[in-house]
Amino acid sequence: MPAPLIEMRGISKRFGAVVANEAVDLSVAPGEILGLLGENGAGKTTLMNVLFGAYAPDAGEILVQGRPVTINSSADALAAGIGMVHQHFHLAPRLSVLENLLIGIPGKSGRIDRAGGLARLAEIGRQHGLTLDPGLPVSALSIGEQQRLEIVKALFRGARLLILDEPTAVLAPTEVDGLFSALRSMAAQGLGIIFISHKLNEVRALTHRCVVLRHGRVTGRVDAPASTTSSEMAQLMCGHEIVPPARGPSTPGAAVLTLDGISTSRHSGMALRDVSLFVRAGEILGIAGVSGNGQRALAEVISGVLAPDVGRMTIAGKVVSRFSPCEVQALGLGRIPEDRMTTGLVTNLPLADSMVLPRIGTAAFSRNGLLRPDAIRAFAEAQIKAYDIRCPGPMTRAGALSGGNLQKALLARELAFDPKVLVVSQPTRGLDIGAARFVHEKFLDMRARGCGIVVIGEDLEELLMFCDRITVMYEGRIVGTLDSADATIARLGLMMTGAEGHS
Amino acid sequence: MFRLEARTSTSAWFNLALPLLAIGATLVLCSGLIALAGAGVIEAYGVMFSASLGDSYAITETLVRATPMIFTGLAVAVAFRAKFWNIGAEGQLLAGAVASCAVGAIPMPGPLAMLLMALAGAAAGAAVALIPATLRVKFKVDDVVSSLLLNSVIFYALMALIEGPWKDSFSGYPISPPIEDSANFPVLLEGTRLHLGVVAAFLAAPVIWFLIARTTLGFRIRVIGENPEAARYGGIHVERVLISTALLSGALAGLAGVSEVGGVHFQVMSDISPGYGYSGIVVAMLARLNPLGVMPAALFLAAVMTGAEAMSRATGVPAFLSDVIQGTALLAMLVALLFTAYRIRRVGAAR
Repeated sequence: MPAPLIEMRGISKRFGAVVANEAVDLSVAPGEILGLLGENGAGKTTLMNVLFGAYAPDAGEILVQGRPVTINSSADALAAGIGMVHQHFHLAPRLSVLENLLIGIPGKSGRIDRAGGLARLAEIGRQHGLTLDPGLPVSALSIGEQQRLEIVKALFRGARLLILDEPTAVLAPTEVDGLFSALRSMAAQGLGIIFISHKLNEVRALTHRCVVLRHGRVTGRVDAPASTTSSEMAQLMCGHEIVPPARGPSTPGAAVLTLDGISTSRHSGMALRDVSLFVRAGEILGIAGVSGNGQRALAEVISGVLAPDVGRMTIAGKVVSRFSPCEVQALGLGRIPEDRMTTGLVTNLPLADSMVLPRIGTAAFSRNGLLRPDAIRAFAEAQIKAYDIRCPGPMTRAGALSGGNLQKALLARELAFDPKVLVVSQPTRGLDIGAARFVHEKFLDMRARGCGIVVIGEDLEELLMFCDRITVMYEGRIVGTLDSADATIARLGLMMTGAEGHS
Repeated sequence: MFRLEARTSTSAWFNLALPLLAIGATLVLCSGLIALAGAGVIEAYGVMFSASLGDSYAITETLVRATPMIFTGLAVAVAFRAKFWNIGAEGQLLAGAVASCAVGAIPMPGPLAMLLMALAGAAAGAAVALIPATLRVKFKVDDVVSSLLLNSVIFYALMALIEGPWKDSFSGYPISPPIEDSANFPVLLEGTRLHLGVVAAFLAAPVIWFLIARTTLGFRIRVIGENPEAARYGGIHVERVLISTALLSGALAGLAGVSEVGGVHFQVMSDISPGYGYSGIVVAMLARLNPLGVMPAALFLAAVMTGAEAMSRATGVPAFLSDVIQGTALLAMLVALLFTAYRIRRVGAAR
């Protein structure tokens, strides 16, 4: 085995009383792709932030090619040959691809070295198949291309080790294949890669070796991921076995949500074009599609935030006339947003406030304009208990909760009032296996109780697992709808590129 | 090497100690200026203290001073909670003063006059605050700029009034005619200036606290301030709540003007407010936007103001020090607020 490119020895990091990392050892050899696995809150991100210089470890040392180094900033990390592609990209949208690459790079005698940059960009593109048009502004790039630019940026700065934090969460299946072949080519040329993901099949397909973290400690090392089963790995991550929930047969009732010829014009993303669909009581409808093909507009229309130009929507048989969040909520719509932190909860206020937010004006939580603090607190406490939301209490700042617990809080808030229709975006994004399992169970539970559920998601395997029907969107239109019995990843993947399906 | 690291939580005592730390830092920083002016630091602060809090008369004077700043402090605290950046409390105060003066000059029974003065002043302040709020809601005009610039507009409108139609034709001074004697707020303590408005201010603070903490409007104000998107998706009419907040904030600032006219000056002149509207921002920040905290914060600034004049007479340190202390206290508080979100870590030493 060659000398490790990078080695972390006995890394410990505490935040107050919370142990984020405890005596973690980890090394990556040149040409090696290392999988870093663990549930949310297991300490993966903290560990990578220590490696990338965002946090100073309380104990332990980092060696780069055998030499101990001190990494106090991302600049130090880059100088040591460590590059990181975050989940959220750090790009300047108005600048071009080339300009984004050259940010922070000293030019020749005070001038930006465009020619040199172009040459390097072309070289990196040739080496790893990571081609990009240098003149395009970043705002014109797809999410996949922006990610490619982040990778190229790291290589451009001479990274020998690349950290990727859940890179496939934002990609379509075909884009994932492209990313993987680029990563394999980079490894073949002697670079080291740390790949963080929740998707065990991807980890098994790509990585050479895995390190599993739980509660901040290394609890398992997998030397042959390809020949280890997903359930074995899941068990290492959670400490117990995970069984996927069983989806019983459905007996759908009457349609509880219908969209009929809905088109929108103004929308920052993709607008909707003549969208018609329906969901029946006791049925789960999946909306598949590559991110940015109108899913956000669809969720906004159903949530009553965006009024369509033409078309008709009904909830539980009643026509939605004014398209306000109040109206659709009163008609029986529950909503689990894609972005929990920005459109779901209020991170700086107590959790209880977020849990009663959509219904603060109802008799349950206020009377004659006066809040009922006891009722609010009692509701929050009951939900915290019922959903096993891990937090010190209802007055905890919502922002202090982990992603899984936030999602539970949102579920509790929306399900407590028995919605007739539930619209959910990316229900398990960023959640670990245990939390995702919990969310799936809740959906199946609601389905059994006659709720119609729309799930907007990008993870096809997940959609196939618990949806009754799957509709595919492309460029704001509906390509087709498949019964999940007839749907396969390959077929859906093809439809996601715009090829007509059969409905 | 030092750097900032995000904090996950802050303890309750820390939140309470923060304004005190900021005030402490302010006094230490300003002691340098006192020394530069050639006076003894201990002596100067001593005079300041005894002149503002040393005896019962001094205390009543400080309370009278604090009153308009409690109102403007509440106005700013309410507005900032909703992230409506109302820098216009000064103009709203002046509008409230003019309106209450106009009403108070009409002969009518005293209690009715006082009630109508308060209503007119609150309405005038609210009307002024409505301008930047509407501009923001309808046209996305920056409310900091519009509310700030509006202060000058109101000030010069007031000047035009007292140099023009309201000018004292007898003396020729630019002061308005006085309000009716019966409309003068009753004095609560013989031989002092402690008037009804002082009590009103100290009652207003808990009322506003209750409104923010215990009513649905207060809930909505807090939520739109912290996360307007979540509020919108949660069915809250963000624009409507913002307008309500502006009206409430403007009305409170207007009441500061009412209380100055009815309880202290009994007429309107160009220097009716030595910047109480701007001091309200300092008060609200020191109070960390808590309506109950506005009371001690306003008392602190009032004590500095009354004390600074006596200090100036006794030690020769210019009374401008009071303004310096205010400004420094605001900056110190803003720096201190940083530490609620971040801690300073020494890096490099850990390994």
